[in-house]
Amino acid sequence: MHLTLRVWRQDGPGAEGRFETYEAAGIHQDMSFLEMLDLVNERLVTGGREPIAFDHDCREGICGSCGLMINGRAHGPQGSTATCQLHMREFSDGDTIVIEPWRATSFPIVRDLVVDRGAFDRIIEAGGYIGAPTGSAPEANLTPVPKETADAAMDAAACIGCGACVAACPNGAGQLFTAAKVAHLNLLPQGQPERWMRVERMVETMEEYFGSCSNHGECEPACPKGISLDNIALMNRDYLLSKMRNRKLGGRR
Amino acid sequence: MVDGDLRMLDARTPSGAINERWDNHRTSISLVSPANKRHFTIIVVGTGLAGASAAATLAELGYRVKAYTFHDSARRAHSIAAQGGINAAKNYPNDGDSIHRLFYDTVKGGDYRSRESNVYRLAQLSVEIIDQCTAQGVPFAREYGGLLANRSFGGAQVSRTFYARGQTGQQLLLGAYQAMMRQVDRGTVELHTQTEMLDVVVKDGRAVGIVTRDLVSGEIASHAGHAVLLATGGYSNVFYLSTNAMKSNVTAVWRAHRKGALFANPCYTQIHPTCIPASDEFQSKLTLMSESLRNDGRIWVPVRAGDARPPDDIGEPDRDYYLERRYPAFGNLVPRDVASRAAKVEVDRGKGVGPLANGVYLDFKEALRRLGQDTVRERYGNLFDMYHRITGENPYQTPMRIYPAMHYTMGGLWVDYNLMTTIPGLYALGEANFSDHGANRLGASALMQGLADGYFVVPYTLGDYLAPQLGEALVPSNDPAFVETERQVADQTDRYLSVGGSRSVDWFHRELGKVLWEHCGMERSAEGLHRAISDIDSLKEEFDRDLRVPGTSSTLNQSLEKAGRVDDFLQLARLMCVDALHREESCGGHFRVEHQTDDGEARRDDTNFSYVAAWGWADGQEPVLRQEQLAFEYVKPTQRSYK
Repeated sequence: MHLTLRVWRQDGPGAEGRFETYEAAGIHQDMSFLEMLDLVNERLVTGGREPIAFDHDCREGICGSCGLMINGRAHGPQGSTATCQLHMREFSDGDTIVIEPWRATSFPIVRDLVVDRGAFDRIIEAGGYIGAPTGSAPEANLTPVPKETADAAMDAAACIGCGACVAACPNGAGQLFTAAKVAHLNLLPQGQPERWMRVERMVETMEEYFGSCSNHGECEPACPKGISLDNIALMNRDYLLSKMRNRKLGGRR
Repeated sequence: MVDGDLRMLDARTPSGAINERWDNHRTSISLVSPANKRHFTIIVVGTGLAGASAAATLAELGYRVKAYTFHDSARRAHSIAAQGGINAAKNYPNDGDSIHRLFYDTVKGGDYRSRESNVYRLAQLSVEIIDQCTAQGVPFAREYGGLLANRSFGGAQVSRTFYARGQTGQQLLLGAYQAMMRQVDRGTVELHTQTEMLDVVVKDGRAVGIVTRDLVSGEIASHAGHAVLLATGGYSNVFYLSTNAMKSNVTAVWRAHRKGALFANPCYTQIHPTCIPASDEFQSKLTLMSESLRNDGRIWVPVRAGDARPPDDIGEPDRDYYLERRYPAFGNLVPRDVASRAAKVEVDRGKGVGPLANGVYLDFKEALRRLGQDTVRERYGNLFDMYHRITGENPYQTPMRIYPAMHYTMGGLWVDYNLMTTIPGLYALGEANFSDHGANRLGASALMQGLADGYFVVPYTLGDYLAPQLGEALVPSNDPAFVETERQVADQTDRYLSVGGSRSVDWFHRELGKVLWEHCGMERSAEGLHRAISDIDSLKEEFDRDLRVPGTSSTLNQSLEKAGRVDDFLQLARLMCVDALHREESCGGHFRVEHQTDDGEARRDDTNFSYVAAWGWADGQEPVLRQEQLAFEYVKPTQRSYK
């Protein structure tokens, strides 16, 4: 295949960016999208130019490092697929492909296609955990967890923290990411003692960094792991309740 | 024979009955009191399972922790990619499991090349790991009654593997990451992201800190600590193509080795039999398909070499189900090392399948007929989808093509029972050390070891080193030891930029991978290894002369980062070949063609090689061998057989 790439290049966080055009010849349909970029970079380096910086690591869709806007779609045209698992057979000979970084104020551009998603870590710091100091854990089977609960928690916990939900949102909202973690932990019996504090702190930290959710629903189809919008409803419900519950009574059933 | 230092290494394992050793050790080593822990600063490099769990636990105990990762977030470490599960001797299924049985299986699976005391401790701690992770909210699979579910894995006759769908590593890592972020929130862990460790600082024979490079600004900086913990993973990427993440590397471990830490058993590498074969020259990594597929898939190649007909046109008489033929007792479920080598034999005979003739078939036609598509989908649906996405072929209709790939490295920094390297104050945890898996690791044991080291071993053993240092100040960063190391790191960085040659870093990495895979991969021979050493020497010489790294050192420069990593891989690859050449036996993942039985199975030499080979860096000279003798008091070595 012969492709034309229009790629966002930006030398550093404060620098002005620009689109540059590259011809990508000899692309095999069995290559992954990132291998196609590897090849373009190899040619740039051999020609004495600086390669395109992009984030990637596991290349099996689980680490959440990669994330490109491909023709205006987060992670490109194939549903439920992170950029690293997208293959060139999804494109046709002669195509022009526009490649951009995640566009969101809360994810400042570091260089070219690399963005800083540190704001996600700030949300996890603010309660995205269960306080269980090492050594203090009770026997694992002491607390049965209904299978449906465990499965729902796992569905939410499958989030890879890539940021596609934020990039796809017209408001740059961080709701789907935050809700996935709130739901994972707030559904489980082990997460109950910190349930109200967790949702309150995480939501309020999220709002320091991200835009507001106005129910566009663009995040769900962009998510490579199929995280459901239902989690946002659960988070909103718990957040509302967190403002009304008398937490001193939380030990009573 | 290689020149060696004749003093045996002392692992300082406690004495007594094996089931009492860890308890005795814990009660006899020194402690640091709760009020004094805050006077100690601990550096943790790497925030995967071992690093994040250690950082969280040490901070909970009251130590001041500084943690470093080169990723943009600690949640991205490669531990996240582990699929299958984590072993623990809980015996929930009531099928006869015990700590002793897990210990026995792990020593045997390691082909009698691991340290009994460490493995026993690992089996003991496995039980606590499941409790800990469950309390953190790791969503392990459960039965309808709400209790935890188990499944079986290779190399065991019991069901002891806990799992979270096909994402067990992800969920365990997120648990450890979240525990660490809780400490970041409390101000007890100072987390440095996008910061790569480029050297260990040693003063008066002890590790006193590290020198790092900020990957965004390029700034080189010193960080002092009373102890340094390396939890930086394995070195499979020395082969270029492996199942490891693209950035996984040996740099932290290798630079520590160059500062005096011995490197143990570098030639013990694990090749996983079920990966998707490479499709072209620009293949960047290989994707693993869970070994659970071998429960229902049948592996075959055409009887006739060069038979290029589509699989459906090849009738039963023209197919060779070679594992079922050679190993009737275990069939398609032989251990990883045996299955991998058998696939190589067939492909080398010209029977490989696919466009590049570089795979074997894993066929589900019989399973689909027997179980129906719905059951197959329920068991393996996500794997089938992943295969379809990557290859464009539908495994419900046409057999999968698989081939072995580099997956895990059992070798690593030599550590004693306390997980301390030969540099006092420098520790190695998880895949970065060598200690628990011998010459072959069993499935679902890597997660277990990483978390045991981080949650339950090093938090205790560190006190033994620190207690006598109470009251000692950190070495200041203007100390000549730091200044000199910073200068060396800066010089090295500048050197990569100034070569001005014509070849990219990736080119050297690919070439190195080809040499190593050919001669130090699934099969090794003296002739091939000699050739590999000479080829690697030439490649390293060319690297120093003809490398091209564009850009500068004061920005994000991914080529520059990689130059340092590939430079270290070139040096490590040579050591792997030296180690493989000296080990005149076959064991686990190390198969020497000269040492096999008449029917092509591995032949160990317990008389001469029942030891850990720990290599010392000799600055350009041939590496120096030291040995740790292995004693098997509880598991008597036998020849493994799967026929």
